[in-house]
Amino acid sequence: MTRFTTAFGKPHPALVAFITAGDPTPADTGAILDALVAGGADVIELGMPFTDPMADGPAIQAANLRSMAAGTRTADIFAIAAAFRSRHTDVPLVLMGYANPMTIRGGDWFAAECKKAGIDGVICVDIPAEEDPELGPALRAAGVDLIRLATPTTDAARLPAVLEGAGGFLYYVSVAGITGLQQAAQASIDEAVARLKATTDLPVAVGFGVRTPEQAAEIAKVADGVVVGSALVEIIAKHGADAPAHVEAFTRSLADAIHGAKEIAA
Amino acid sequence: MTDLPNSLRSQPDARGHFGDFGGRYVAETLMPLILDLERHYRAAQIDPEFKAEFDYLLKHYVGRPSPLWFAERLTEDLGGAKIYLKREDLNHTGAHKINNCIGQILLAKRMGKQKIIAETGAGQHGVATATVAALFGLPCTIFMGAVDVARQQPNVFRMKLLGAEVVAVESGAKTLKDAMNEALRHWVANVHDTFYIIGTVAGPHPYPELVRDFQSVIGTEAREQILEAEGRLPDMLIAPVGGGSNAIGLFHPFLDDESVEIVGVEAAGEGLEGKHAASLAGGKPGILHGNKTYLLQDEDGQITEAHSISAGLDYPGIGPEHSWLHDIGRARYVPVTDTEALASFQRLCKLEGIIPALESAHAIAAAERIAPTMDKDKIIIVNLSGRGDKDIFTVADALGVEL
Repeated sequence: MTRFTTAFGKPHPALVAFITAGDPTPADTGAILDALVAGGADVIELGMPFTDPMADGPAIQAANLRSMAAGTRTADIFAIAAAFRSRHTDVPLVLMGYANPMTIRGGDWFAAECKKAGIDGVICVDIPAEEDPELGPALRAAGVDLIRLATPTTDAARLPAVLEGAGGFLYYVSVAGITGLQQAAQASIDEAVARLKATTDLPVAVGFGVRTPEQAAEIAKVADGVVVGSALVEIIAKHGADAPAHVEAFTRSLADAIHGAKEIAA
Repeated sequence: MTDLPNSLRSQPDARGHFGDFGGRYVAETLMPLILDLERHYRAAQIDPEFKAEFDYLLKHYVGRPSPLWFAERLTEDLGGAKIYLKREDLNHTGAHKINNCIGQILLAKRMGKQKIIAETGAGQHGVATATVAALFGLPCTIFMGAVDVARQQPNVFRMKLLGAEVVAVESGAKTLKDAMNEALRHWVANVHDTFYIIGTVAGPHPYPELVRDFQSVIGTEAREQILEAEGRLPDMLIAPVGGGSNAIGLFHPFLDDESVEIVGVEAAGEGLEGKHAASLAGGKPGILHGNKTYLLQDEDGQITEAHSISAGLDYPGIGPEHSWLHDIGRARYVPVTDTEALASFQRLCKLEGIIPALESAHAIAAAERIAPTMDKDKIIIVNLSGRGDKDIFTVADALGVEL
């Protein structure tokens, strides 16, 4: 039993909530994470800031810049994660980011630090299945799940390669594009999730472009989880150090919508 | 190294790796497209019609072969090895960049793509891309850092005249690296109909390979030309390296000729202790823009800003094949500062009547340092990768001249 199987084993779909570590400052992140949990988030994704976030739209790019301007270092991110784990023993924590900060000291070092900090899974945007040796073996050896992304361009022939060595849950990127902008047509999501679930036993969470409780509820009717990032990050951008209360309220609206979208038989 | 392949010209391997470098570090959305591009490129490589069309355009549109000029006055001035200049500055659009753009737009056409995008730093690759897009009647969008847009207005206007849309990128430091990030962001959202013409031997496999192959016309011609002029191979090749496409184009056809020494020139900017763009001398291996290669970065793997007086060398990475040639010792890479390049820029104008691009002036500076240490019967080929008309404002500014 991992924290993921517990989180996705609840009688309702899961809210996967993303924020960028160190935004607006490393000292503020703990309270924002607590607000996500208090608001009902089932899984937390913590973004590692990077100078060149190629897959991210304007909202998360700006969050990366705020975090780095506040001096966030890799050591701060692991400290934030470890402190979160000591306060919340059951909520799965995922680190999401880009290859270079994750591999600069070697995959083994990164995997060991994740394990030590109580991180359950890692999403690396720019290490596709073809380059798995960079990070995959080290994470699996350390017992940290490597969460893979499937996209609208991932066809049936390619999907098995994407799923090989994957763990935690499968993240379906619902639009071919960057974070926080366009919204996918619901029909395309329905079709894709059905296709993915026919191929894997991993829970399927859907993200990219999900901004409102209404949208989240529609997706939650078919998916095991819904990922919301840019909309939360924009609240942090607006309220800064005062963000936790606003984050908690918005998270609750998302969680209520997602949790109520359908009942899953135990 | 004991495990070198029989030929140094057989890289990359099937997964796009040059030794430990290269690869395909891209988001999953792009992965199927990269694989598709590779399939189409493999088919094009063995298609005589593709080669015939490429050769026709290089000859009649670009104006190839470019001359190999014996720089007699420069040679006499330095008093050492004979210096030949490979005149890529005489190509249509004034630099080597067009060779690659011709090859890639033929691939785009072959793949049925209807839109062209590219990144550009100084604007040379943007102009070359806008040129071939105009020639083939395809709409073209060029991503250019806002800082570069401001300092390279003539090239921005050229691109617009050629019918391209120029997008000023406001993210990051607003220079070449950020333009590439934004081009990748656009591409990921438009993969179905858009072809990305990458301007250098970097990015995910198969770009470093195919750009190299298109640019290898430089070295293939130079080899024939020097054999005709001197009856033997050169003793040394010198080329400037930003991403490194002109350099690999000159070097690659000579990689298996052990007697030919290979020297790449990195931009040392204000000096290696200050701000510079020398990824090999001052960086370490990492992953950015789809490939593993030497990068300027801090201990956490955050990419640091590059600096060079030459906007075309102002990039914190280098093509993965150069990283490999550096690590196995087949090529050596030397730094040249802004100040040295400026001096060589002016000397070449006066001695040879050639205004070189600031990129190329870095290679001239290295030749000036090395040639006097060699015997007079030795031969050096320097890649004069582009003409310097685009740089006169930068040079005037650096010399304190108001235009």
